[in-house]
Amino acid sequence: MSTQDRIIARTASPEQRVDAIQAALDERGMKATGAVGELGHLAQEQWIPQNGARVVAKAWVDPAFRARLLANGREAVAELGLSMPKHHRHLVVLENTPRVQNVICCTLCSCTAFTIIGLPPDWYKDLEYRSRVVRESRTVLKEMGLDLSPDVEIRVWDTTADTRYMVLPERPPETVGWTEERLAGIVTRDSLIGVARL
Amino acid sequence: MDGMHDMGGRQGFGPVRHTHNAPAFHAEWEVRANSLYAFAVRLGIFNMDEYRHAIERMEPRHYLTASYYERSLTSLATLLVEKGVVSREELENRAQGRFPLAAPSAHGRTNVPGRECFIPGDRVRVRQDYVPGHVRMPGYIRGKCGVVVSESPAYPFPDAHAHAVVAEDEPTYDVRFRTEDLWPNSSDAALVHVAVFQSYLERVG
Repeated sequence: MSTQDRIIARTASPEQRVDAIQAALDERGMKATGAVGELGHLAQEQWIPQNGARVVAKAWVDPAFRARLLANGREAVAELGLSMPKHHRHLVVLENTPRVQNVICCTLCSCTAFTIIGLPPDWYKDLEYRSRVVRESRTVLKEMGLDLSPDVEIRVWDTTADTRYMVLPERPPETVGWTEERLAGIVTRDSLIGVARL
Repeated sequence: MDGMHDMGGRQGFGPVRHTHNAPAFHAEWEVRANSLYAFAVRLGIFNMDEYRHAIERMEPRHYLTASYYERSLTSLATLLVEKGVVSREELENRAQGRFPLAAPSAHGRTNVPGRECFIPGDRVRVRQDYVPGHVRMPGYIRGKCGVVVSESPAYPFPDAHAHAVVAEDEPTYDVRFRTEDLWPNSSDAALVHVAVFQSYLERVG
């Protein structure tokens, strides 16, 4: 067995494979390492749930904005300086009520409105959530700590096209008189996905 | 294709491993894998439908055991090789080991002829189509009836867009299904909304 055969017999680690791709693109003058720095920064510092939290807080205090948000999410979030990729042509905002709980998922891959609600958490991308939440939503939500009363209707939204979703959670009654900034501070990514209430 | 990726409604998986403030990334290479595929899309080397389809083409056992970002990097590498940007041999030499890629693509299809327009309230059925290539119809709605709730702007038709087949953009309809119709006597009561491309739908009645 030659050295080369022995090397090829084991699978490279994911890290080695990413390194290989990045180096191959760099060597072709494609400046992949620069792009990795820029896009990595966006993914970790700019596309964060605090964006969605600002949108929710604004909708809670500004009925006209709330109406625009429900009518055309993409245009409304742009008012707050938030953008979405070109291929996300539509943002549908799903309003929770005392009798309706919306929850989003992507059974085929793991799509989200990531520039607005942040990149999806690990569990959202796991096979457990993707397989079960459409079929056993009430059970799954209960396991995740959201035990809904039987009279709450559950609406699950499967992100099968490039239309994207964001849940508009209900405003907790004890927050009357709070500033928009303080309100934004209580909105979690889980509540924007719909697996938690506030 | 009826691939391993089509997870909706599959049984046997356990509790969601949910933690508060769960991270999106667990390692630095995951951030780079995510950035590199986005970079390739930005450069126009491939589009999002090709990217998704190359994940679906992963060997099923590899798909199930790979982490999310390992699937991303496998799709990225597969498409870079298929598009002639790099060779598999170069990637394996650089990575100092085997570099598993996805299986070859089957053929795509263009829009279904005689597509109908629907309005909210229309009852529709998802066509009983079985296609070898990319499709964004989850298997759990095939042949099932639902109600149109709204219409989204036109998008590239994924079944064509993933395969460089010429097709018109078409709208998707937000179709509401009842879990009782999708999995009779075997589901929690709920409504499931799916964004369904026009080509996948036919009118009921």
